[in-house]
Amino acid sequence: MPMTSNSITMSVPPETTMRPSSGSLIYRQSIWTRITHWTWVVCLFFLLFSGLQIFNAHPTLYVGQESGVAYDNAVFSTYAVAAPDGPQGRTRIFGWEFNTTGILGISGPVDRPQFRGFPSSVTIPSYQDLATGRVVHFFFAWLFVTALLVWLVASLITGHLRRDLLPTGKDLADLPKDIAAHARFRFHHDRSYNALQKLAYCGVLFVLFPLIILTGLTMSPAMNAAWPWLLDLFHGRQTARTLHFLGMVLLVLFFVGHILMVLAAGPINELRSIITGWYRTSPATAVEGHKP
Amino acid sequence: MSRTLLTRRRLLGFGAAGASSIVLGGCDQFDFLGDTDNSVRAFLARANDLTYRAQRLLIREGALAPEYSESEIRQGQRPNGSRDPNTPEYLALKAKDFADYRLAVTGLVEQPRSYSLSELRNMPSRTQITRHDCVEGWSCIAKWTGTPLSRILDEVKLKPTARFLAFHCFDRLDGNALYYESCDLIDARHPQTLLAYGLNGQALPVANGAPIRVRIERALGYKQAKYVHTIEAVDSFSRFGQGKGGYWEDRGYDWYAGI
Repeated sequence: MPMTSNSITMSVPPETTMRPSSGSLIYRQSIWTRITHWTWVVCLFFLLFSGLQIFNAHPTLYVGQESGVAYDNAVFSTYAVAAPDGPQGRTRIFGWEFNTTGILGISGPVDRPQFRGFPSSVTIPSYQDLATGRVVHFFFAWLFVTALLVWLVASLITGHLRRDLLPTGKDLADLPKDIAAHARFRFHHDRSYNALQKLAYCGVLFVLFPLIILTGLTMSPAMNAAWPWLLDLFHGRQTARTLHFLGMVLLVLFFVGHILMVLAAGPINELRSIITGWYRTSPATAVEGHKP
Repeated sequence: MSRTLLTRRRLLGFGAAGASSIVLGGCDQFDFLGDTDNSVRAFLARANDLTYRAQRLLIREGALAPEYSESEIRQGQRPNGSRDPNTPEYLALKAKDFADYRLAVTGLVEQPRSYSLSELRNMPSRTQITRHDCVEGWSCIAKWTGTPLSRILDEVKLKPTARFLAFHCFDRLDGNALYYESCDLIDARHPQTLLAYGLNGQALPVANGAPIRVRIERALGYKQAKYVHTIEAVDSFSRFGQGKGGYWEDRGYDWYAGI
């Protein structure tokens, strides 16, 4: 329910008055956004590292229904080869092969190298244990999907989705200007997200999250019986596995960009808003926040 | 008016420090989850029960696993796990090309009986080209021929107390524990569940589980027990192995294996 600017000013902590050069504090993030945001943070942490554990059980990705042994349909592979000066970790992406000793294919101490896809520092558990990786992965997968459903229902009811997230025509028109502003690390803090933010968040919530959930389900032989269209949609189980991995890579890239933007835009203010909901706007901003 | 709190250089520094702390910090603080007796792990593993229930609710009992065309068989079936069992009983049977092999069907059944290989081969058969999905992540398409398990169950007649089928096998995977598996009656009676004796138009090779292996097409590879000698109808599988319902289940893998 929208409030007048007067009531907002009265509800903010006293410190506001001591910093007249800043804008006012507004209530920006609902409890639903904050709870689901942090649930996803925890889930994606465990899903990523248990997922790399699962990947390591067969560190090759293919295109198609099956995994070629008698023929080659691999698009990404990590492995070790015997080189003249000892074993070497290699990674092949399509036709290109790279020496990735120490990171992919072979990692660990030089005197006790481990032959594995991703290194022990980024897998849960640190040692090779597919069974445990799966236990962790599926627990957090359920939690992740549950949080997404909770968020979707809450965002539809509160209007968050329509009001704050879906890009408007004006957002798209402002896009070049917004990109230029981001490139110069110039951020304007107000209640609404800017065009790039909306596109990034919508991309994650409506493209990457569904992609990674559906490709995950496509790998389930039982789900293939229930929803055979999943296999058609993703061009086979092994392609789905590859896209699941690609979705992970894109989510990691989003994470890196997200953190850089938070740091650049003012980490204290940004963190406060996603923890408490309260956000300090730029001075020129007209107060348009509302209380829960 | 905007506040630039960070220069680009500081930003890059933060990014690099953050990324390296993630890589160097590692995940070994979660290694305790590898202990199958750990209570946190046991809690997390309950998600597998949820998956089992959710999939049983969502997926029609008779829903078929996708079947493929002949042209999609592009390679031999990749063998995994045991490829050449060396238990004396198995070696003796193999030496006579399984002529003396008997499949015993026992436990909670009205009419326990056993089948020779030729008896099984003379029963109505089903041939299906399906995809084998290993828990490790790879898949392989092959043509399986065998006796639908539901026909055997119709003959021996399960007692009302039977809830699971246990499959006892000839092979020892790590040198001492015998391989075994189990499934619920929905998977057991599923039209694609076979006691397979043929692979890609040939007799089932030893590497792939001769003379008889189970095909449960909506489950992962470790449910497809090879070298089966006994099928036992039970109300609980707790007395087999370490009680988790299968060789790999005893080693921390989920029993349902539908995903």
